[in-house]
Amino acid sequence: MESLFQTAESGILATAPKEKILSEVTSKTLHKARETVGDPFVENPRMTCREVNVYYGEKKAINNVNIDIARHEVIAMIGPSGCGKSTFLRCLNRMNDTIEGCRVTGDIRLDGMDIHDRNVDVVPLRARVGMVFQKPNPFPKSIFDNVAYGPKIHGLVQNKSELEEIVEASLKKAGLWEEAKDRLNQPGTGLSGGQQQRLCIARAIAVSPEVILMDEPCSALDPIATAKIEELIAELCEHYSIVIVTHSMQQAARVSQRTAYFHLGDLIEVGKTDRIFTNPRHQLTEDYITGRFG
Amino acid sequence: MDQPATNPAIDKVNRGLKRRYRAERRFRLCGATAVFAALCFLFILFFSIVSSGYKAFQKTFIQIDVFFDPAEFTNENLATANFPALIKASMSSRFPEVTARRDKKDLYYLISPGASFQLMKLIKNNPALIGQKERIWVSANDDVDMLLKGNIDRTRPESERRINDKQLAWLDTLAGEGKIKKTFNMAFFTLGDSREPEQAGIWGATCGSFYTLLITLSLSFPIGVAAAVYLEEFAPKNRWTDIIEVNINNLAAVPSIVYGLLGLAVFINFFGMPRSTPVVGGLVLTLMTLPIIIIASRASLKSVPPSIREAALGIGASKMQMVAHHVLPLALPGMLTGTIIGMAHALGETAPLLMVGMVAFIVDIPQGFTDPATVLPVQIYLWSDSPERAFMEKTSAAIMVLLVFLFLMNAVAIFLRKRFEIKW
Repeated sequence: MESLFQTAESGILATAPKEKILSEVTSKTLHKARETVGDPFVENPRMTCREVNVYYGEKKAINNVNIDIARHEVIAMIGPSGCGKSTFLRCLNRMNDTIEGCRVTGDIRLDGMDIHDRNVDVVPLRARVGMVFQKPNPFPKSIFDNVAYGPKIHGLVQNKSELEEIVEASLKKAGLWEEAKDRLNQPGTGLSGGQQQRLCIARAIAVSPEVILMDEPCSALDPIATAKIEELIAELCEHYSIVIVTHSMQQAARVSQRTAYFHLGDLIEVGKTDRIFTNPRHQLTEDYITGRFG
Repeated sequence: MDQPATNPAIDKVNRGLKRRYRAERRFRLCGATAVFAALCFLFILFFSIVSSGYKAFQKTFIQIDVFFDPAEFTNENLATANFPALIKASMSSRFPEVTARRDKKDLYYLISPGASFQLMKLIKNNPALIGQKERIWVSANDDVDMLLKGNIDRTRPESERRINDKQLAWLDTLAGEGKIKKTFNMAFFTLGDSREPEQAGIWGATCGSFYTLLITLSLSFPIGVAAAVYLEEFAPKNRWTDIIEVNINNLAAVPSIVYGLLGLAVFINFFGMPRSTPVVGGLVLTLMTLPIIIIASRASLKSVPPSIREAALGIGASKMQMVAHHVLPLALPGMLTGTIIGMAHALGETAPLLMVGMVAFIVDIPQGFTDPATVLPVQIYLWSDSPERAFMEKTSAAIMVLLVFLFLMNAVAIFLRKRFEIKW
């Protein structure tokens, strides 16, 4: 009996300092204006986000975020759970429209075009800004149909041979062609987790997007599958801008050129990945990447 | 294992272990008992229905020698000939010793009144028979049928049975000559209702049920699915949709007779649709099954994982494409199951149909949606209310037919679910 109590107590004691730090940090930053430090803006950006706020009902989830996304770069978004990085990612192709009670304000532009403009249709926008989700979510159809679906609904192809070309090219780009070429008619859901995620990437690039949003694409995968996806991301950034949300700082360091750190709905710091991980300028960033909380 | 006594927590766990397992055993026993009880009741139900109904699938026939007297066929229209007289003549020639008026009546009673229609049909198909003598099996009266099936006790006093001693003697004579036989009761499956049990069949009610359910299915499935898809995928979530949802759930619980009264007031009295017809019955049953189908369809739409919707939207599918290409195919098995359960419900429904006049006594087989008709459960109700002993076994037989249809529908539901189910 006694020993049990003791462990419990010592457990509390062990966690106490960390919580203390966290509460100190929060109380300090609450009073401080949260200006983004680092270099959020780039020259000739693919996407620009100015004064973006997101509300879930009354609750503000994203607070005044300003950031640019460059061409042919991988930008990683890191931060503790619930900091709003996924919410921000979903603003970029207006996936937040599908969430009941979610409201986005501010100015988001893709190649200078305001994506919230009245004349902008969300369907072509999502064709230009593709998305890969946390959990691999292939359609319960064949591998071929999974990749072919996007080109088909957007009318990108005239005939079957063109469609087959696109499917092959997309699967090759996604590094899945060798594994999948003999089983194109088998269900995509029969693939392994990592293969499914690459199938989802192939599906996204089949409609030739300009930006690919990845929401923790490796969190459901084992290290080998993760390594493959990371390799793929490095190759894909030659053609696309990639925004990747990740929980793994190692992953952010491995795949990205720039990193953005979010904290409780604020964009705290943006900068070159090397610089962020070696020489963070903001106290919160430093606390997070050194593992003091998060 | 090394120091079992040093960890007091484990001791506590071990002490509670027995109780936990006992609770599990108790629960499993309860479950098994419940299943057993349910199976027992089901068995009793089936046994009672089958044991009292299986004899209805057989029917008694009596062989008579009919002389198609040309003197009877003087009229141009052969159907107007006095066919009952032909049968009476043939019975009299078989039993010439019967002369008293009362006895003759008893003798003729053995043959079903429907036999004369059989002769009429025979002559209509083959007028060359006129002037010839034919050996024909005609159906016996229902009391003869009951006697041969052992439902009339010969040992009881004459005044208490519907077949008197003389009739018994005649029947025994006929049986001795091999002129009485029991064969498969084709009439039961091919004829409509009748006041004579031996002439009553289930086919009229089956056709009525078919037409009624066809109307119900072709209206309630598309309307129900469309309503469910709209409410689940497109409608904004606000107070109005909440009210609609609550009301749909309430409608599913409204007693079915209320729908019958509604149908009577709206479809028949207001719109002036023909009463006792499958079209009105089908509309009433549509109203009744709609909430069931909507609720089942919404549940199956809800069970489609949101990741599929996101995947479709994420590559730029419009909402309509998302629903049509991805959500509906995944939700379809559940929708079909719900629909078939609703249809099975409608197939067995009696009360609302009584209100729209489908309880009428209808002999003709309905040929379309606007012919007066009755349906299987109403037919069961009508027969169960009839005084003749022979209708009792007909009631059970009709229940068996209804149950077979229900089993078939459920089998189709299972088949469709398996066929369209998409696994991942």
